[in-house]
Amino acid sequence: MDWTLYIYKTIFLFIIFLITLVIAMYSTYGERKVAAFMQDRRGPNRAGLFGLLQPIADGLKMFMKEEIIPLTANRALFILGPSIAMTTAMLTGVVIPWGGTLTIGGREFSMQIADLNIGILYVFAMVSIGVYGIMIGGWASNNKYALLGSIRAASQMISYEIAMGMTIVALILSTGTLSLHEIVEHQHGIHWNIFYQPLGFLIFIVCAFAETNRAPFDLPECETELIGGYHTEYSSMKLGFYLFAEYINMFISSAVIATLYFGGFNMPFIDQLGLSPNLLTLLGSAFFFLKIFGLIFLFMWIRWTLPRFRYDQLMNLGWKKLMPLAIFNILATGAYYYFTEFN
Amino acid sequence: MAQQFNTGYWAKDIVSSEEHKEYNILNVGPTHPATHGVFQNVMLMDGEFIVETEQTIGYIHRAFEKIAERRPFYQITPLTDRLNYCSSPLNNMGWHMTVEKLLGIETSKRVDYLRIIVMELARIADHLICNSVIGVDSGALTGFTYLFQSREFIYEIYEEICGSRLTTNMGRIGGFERNFSDKAWDKIRYFLKTYPAHLQEFENLLSRNRIFMDRTINVGAFPADRALAYGFTGPNLRACGVDYDVRVMNPYCSYEDFDFIIPIGQNGDTYDRFMVRQEEMKQSLHIIQQALDKLDKIPDKETFYAADPRFVLPPKEKVYNNMEALIWHFKIVMGETDIPVGEVYHSIEAANGELGFYLVSDGGRTPSRLHFRRPCFIYYQAYPEMVTGNMLSDAVLTMSSMNVIAGELDA
Repeated sequence: MDWTLYIYKTIFLFIIFLITLVIAMYSTYGERKVAAFMQDRRGPNRAGLFGLLQPIADGLKMFMKEEIIPLTANRALFILGPSIAMTTAMLTGVVIPWGGTLTIGGREFSMQIADLNIGILYVFAMVSIGVYGIMIGGWASNNKYALLGSIRAASQMISYEIAMGMTIVALILSTGTLSLHEIVEHQHGIHWNIFYQPLGFLIFIVCAFAETNRAPFDLPECETELIGGYHTEYSSMKLGFYLFAEYINMFISSAVIATLYFGGFNMPFIDQLGLSPNLLTLLGSAFFFLKIFGLIFLFMWIRWTLPRFRYDQLMNLGWKKLMPLAIFNILATGAYYYFTEFN
Repeated sequence: MAQQFNTGYWAKDIVSSEEHKEYNILNVGPTHPATHGVFQNVMLMDGEFIVETEQTIGYIHRAFEKIAERRPFYQITPLTDRLNYCSSPLNNMGWHMTVEKLLGIETSKRVDYLRIIVMELARIADHLICNSVIGVDSGALTGFTYLFQSREFIYEIYEEICGSRLTTNMGRIGGFERNFSDKAWDKIRYFLKTYPAHLQEFENLLSRNRIFMDRTINVGAFPADRALAYGFTGPNLRACGVDYDVRVMNPYCSYEDFDFIIPIGQNGDTYDRFMVRQEEMKQSLHIIQQALDKLDKIPDKETFYAADPRFVLPPKEKVYNNMEALIWHFKIVMGETDIPVGEVYHSIEAANGELGFYLVSDGGRTPSRLHFRRPCFIYYQAYPEMVTGNMLSDAVLTMSSMNVIAGELDA
């Protein structure tokens, strides 16, 4: 470990945070444009060229709005809620391998901030802590709608985490590692996990939708029943934090799905191109982001197409359908490896 | 428990019951996104389940029935606009027909058919709002925007016919204020051509969607006998399986000349109400098409009001140049035309159900008493019975599928 590594990691950390924020910001713009495209509308087109400055205008508006903390709210927790949501959303990005390795001047620079050997568990831990942001925020508001929303959020996230964890077990069985970087290496070329774990992928993506509170699982904030759900009482940038955290979560879940099932920065025919390794790394990163954007589009597409579940149906789906399927997936994967590899 | 709820429920926040359960009181409305319009439900909740509901009405009560007692007959039309504001022309036509019944005015077939075109357009506009809002309340916003383009187009047709869009004040007692313009005919024909595709697109999005079906089937189901006991009419009764339609049972405005199907549901749940409305829109298109065909066969293309001049304003050139015309104009505008003594009840199949007008005249320039039979008022009374024991999400969908419109509820 020498000082260049520290400097490199610090700079890279800032770059990743910046990219996360910018993509989350432009996801709001993208969402509105996608919605407009699906609904025969134009979408934002006033601020700047094609409305490209709209996210900045929205952010500015959020900052300028009056900050309201209800008198009956628990002040400390009320402020803590959005902070937790935002922080945990940002922290997940550090274990994701954004690319391969760059070699500059004989030194190797990995395009991953921290290659934890339990990377997947870290992602899960962060996502689980993210629930607290919503729970605390909803409870501290001292509003019945917010409370209902946060209860829904908590139970939904906890129940879907189980099915999600089960699919990961099957994935670990087939890849043999918990490190995200190694999982990506394992899917070299076109050997993506989606082809080996199709059922696991389906369960995982459904759970990812539930974890990010996106439609059709957006019960905690469904506007027609609970007004704003857990963020009913929030205003100004605290509300902005919650909304922003949702978009960051969407970006990060897309990145996690792309890493686990779509081969991360791998791309097909990578060995046949005959380019220099550095160029290939950069190309791989670009391809990774392309996958992420595709998945973000999928998130939006589904949001603007499907109605949302009812609370009990959501629980039924999570516990009675996805969990047995996930267990079956583990057994099937295990049986496959038992009969093919050990005999 | 119920006793406790009814006596002091404003004062208490959390109510405990004998079984040591904690209930929670939730105010849904008057400014809740699910209450389209202004009405309130105070719900006693056991977690997500509704234990008891008490509905409050009258937030936008404007005393229309009382105001009507001080207004000459033609000035009551704008009041009817504001009953069910999603389909004002239907209310307007119903009111005109009521007065015609009192006065004994006979309208020609052409006027009847013109009215039927307008009424069926209004029915489509109303049903499409209701159905697309069911989509919005269940979380699918996109279908709403598909159908709203069509509603916009219907409003353009209204604009061509009478000059206004939402609160139309369309027509006069005895017919219409002017003939339909060529542009209006073009737009009606264009609408007939394009709307089925839009409707199909919307239906494809929702009607066989698994999540939507799970959300709506057996939600807010209401048995036919209870519905009849409450006095349900219209699509909400037909969804329960009772084929009652005023257009067929007691035809008015030459509906007997038309051939159409009354769609009925099976168990009166939200999905049935959705599908009944969906099918009724198609039938309405069919009726409009028949009306256009029938109008083509009528050689007379100019008559747009009854032969009775008592309520039809003379043309402006005559008013300016002819003394008798000026006097008639003045008498009509001041409400000085002779009204016979008597009482009539006339009901039409409005978009939401049987809209009745009970009119008592003592021969004065204004009604002595006027009562609107407003279907929404009846549906809303049954609302607690429909949602008790269901979840909050179901209550929201039940409300939007019954199409309770605050203007009509509160009058």
